[in-house]
Amino acid sequence: MSAAPKAAIALLVLMALVPPLAAAIGDPFLTVIATRMAVFAIAALSLDLILGYGALVSFGHAAYLGLGAYAVAVCARHGITDLVVQMAAGAGAAAVFAAVSGAISLRTRGIYFIMITLAFGQMAYFFFVSLSAYGGDDGTSLAARSTLLGRDWLENDTAFFYVVLACLALAYGGLHRLVHARFGRVLIGTRESELRMRAIGYRPFRYRLAAYVISGMICAVAGVLLANQTEYVSPAYMAWTRSGELIVMLLLGGIGTLAGAMAGALVTVGLEELLAGWSEHWRLGFGLILLAVVLWSPAGLAGLVRRLLPGDRA
Amino acid sequence: MTLLQVENLRKSYGALAVTDGLSLSVAEGELHAIIGPNGAGKTTLIAQLSGQLAPDSGTVRFGGADITRLDMASRVRAGLARSFQITTLMPAMTALENVALAVQGRSGSSFRFWRPVAREAALNDQAMDCLAQVGLADRAGRPAGAMSHGEKRQLELAVALACRPRLLLLDEPLAGTGPQEAEVLVGLLAALRGEVTMVLIEHDMEAVFALADRVSVLVYGQIIASGTPGAIRQDPAVRAAYLGEEAC
Ligand SMILES: Nc1ncnc2c1ncn2[C@@H]1O[C@H](COP(=O)(O)OP(=O)(O)OP(=O)(O)O)[C@@H](O)[C@H]1O
Ligand SMILES: [Mg+2]
Repeated sequence: MSAAPKAAIALLVLMALVPPLAAAIGDPFLTVIATRMAVFAIAALSLDLILGYGALVSFGHAAYLGLGAYAVAVCARHGITDLVVQMAAGAGAAAVFAAVSGAISLRTRGIYFIMITLAFGQMAYFFFVSLSAYGGDDGTSLAARSTLLGRDWLENDTAFFYVVLACLALAYGGLHRLVHARFGRVLIGTRESELRMRAIGYRPFRYRLAAYVISGMICAVAGVLLANQTEYVSPAYMAWTRSGELIVMLLLGGIGTLAGAMAGALVTVGLEELLAGWSEHWRLGFGLILLAVVLWSPAGLAGLVRRLLPGDRA
Repeated sequence: MTLLQVENLRKSYGALAVTDGLSLSVAEGELHAIIGPNGAGKTTLIAQLSGQLAPDSGTVRFGGADITRLDMASRVRAGLARSFQITTLMPAMTALENVALAVQGRSGSSFRFWRPVAREAALNDQAMDCLAQVGLADRAGRPAGAMSHGEKRQLELAVALACRPRLLLLDEPLAGTGPQEAEVLVGLLAALRGEVTMVLIEHDMEAVFALADRVSVLVYGQIIASGTPGAIRQDPAVRAAYLGEEAC
């Protein structure tokens, strides 16, 4: 096994140890933070598929977090509380939105692609702002967390954390297979040289669109979990700044490596909690850290680890 | 039998007619060299033959079928592969992966999400054969971006061969290579000659006259002469327009 899956598995194992640690030191909030970390790690992984492996810089990815979150609210309103059904609904909505917006935005490249994905993200945002039945601007709180197999297990923070962690492990495992399969190689090929791909008989558009849809669906699952974690749903989840944060997570962790995407999400959420507790000007500190990473390790944390472990190609 | 038939092809950039009513025919099995001064429109011709660029008018027929409106992917499937004057590879992928991706393009669906492609023996074996053919067998694991210029030129050729073309369009395969690297590549083209039909664009006259069955001379977007290497060498119009400075 190369270094990258080892690092990812190590991260997952470390995270699994958080609840017992939280119990031992009597700080249940640790588990809550770890849950947030895992949720955003799923979102970051999904973005890494298109941004890191497909070189598609989507600036509207938070829309899918929002679609997943609203799937929970809408389903719950109609008496559907099952987590799996809600995930299917969120992923389904995300697939439709990604297929339509992707079919249009993927006709452009570079800065135009960034702008169009941003525009679609904003459209989704304002759609939910105007949705007064679900609190409009303010959003709406959920009466309870989703149910699993008809029971309200997820009300227990520890149980909920392990469900989220299991989802993260599945997302990582699935994406790891995907990027190493035929599809992944083609996607990487379109990143490396679109012209060369055409010259050996590929039509990049269809692979990009498929990746775009898969990415949106996974991110929607993260949105379903995010709504459950906060027990609250609001358009703020899909603000463009949130899309920016997801990109920052990848920058920090290392674009184009799955373990890096996970690590980037964990560190970003962790730093947010840490620095926010320290000072209300924490974003300044975070900016400085980001600057340091970009300057000294452009390949992010994954690049740093790779440099420290010479000889092992991640 | 004629494999490629180009008729009255035109392409202009503004007032500049880069391809100016060009007609050309390439017989099955031959190595057809196209020579011409810098800026004559050679690369632009290859771009139109491969489907990268749409001509303003004219037709391209391949194996009897009109392919003028087909995109690159369809033309590759029909048996047309090309190499680039400016090396166009996947720098982060190894040599083997670059070639295996071309093999994959003609070996079933790429919408496969689970099985590790690196362990698909059928793809790797065929890719290794192509690498061996161009003399890169011992470089299979090296990222394309880390290869020497000459090795990249060899890899360009291996990738094109991996498409199993009926017609290979080669845009200055020797560009920028040193004498030893050029010798390897010329040997390779000589070995391929007869096996696969080739359109070879090349500035290296020694290579052209050694390899070509037929030579066409492209000047200002038009073919001004076409014939055997011997006939082209003697052609007064060609000597005046082009060979004048170089071959005499
Ligand atoms: N996209 C473009 N827009 C405008 N002019 C172009 C374009 N592409 C090529 N040209 C012009 O068309 C002419 C032919 O270019 P082309 O690259 O086909 O020449 P070439 O015969 O391949 O030359 P070389 O031997 O230097 O490779 C040149 O004058 C070039 O400047
Ligand atoms: Mg050229």
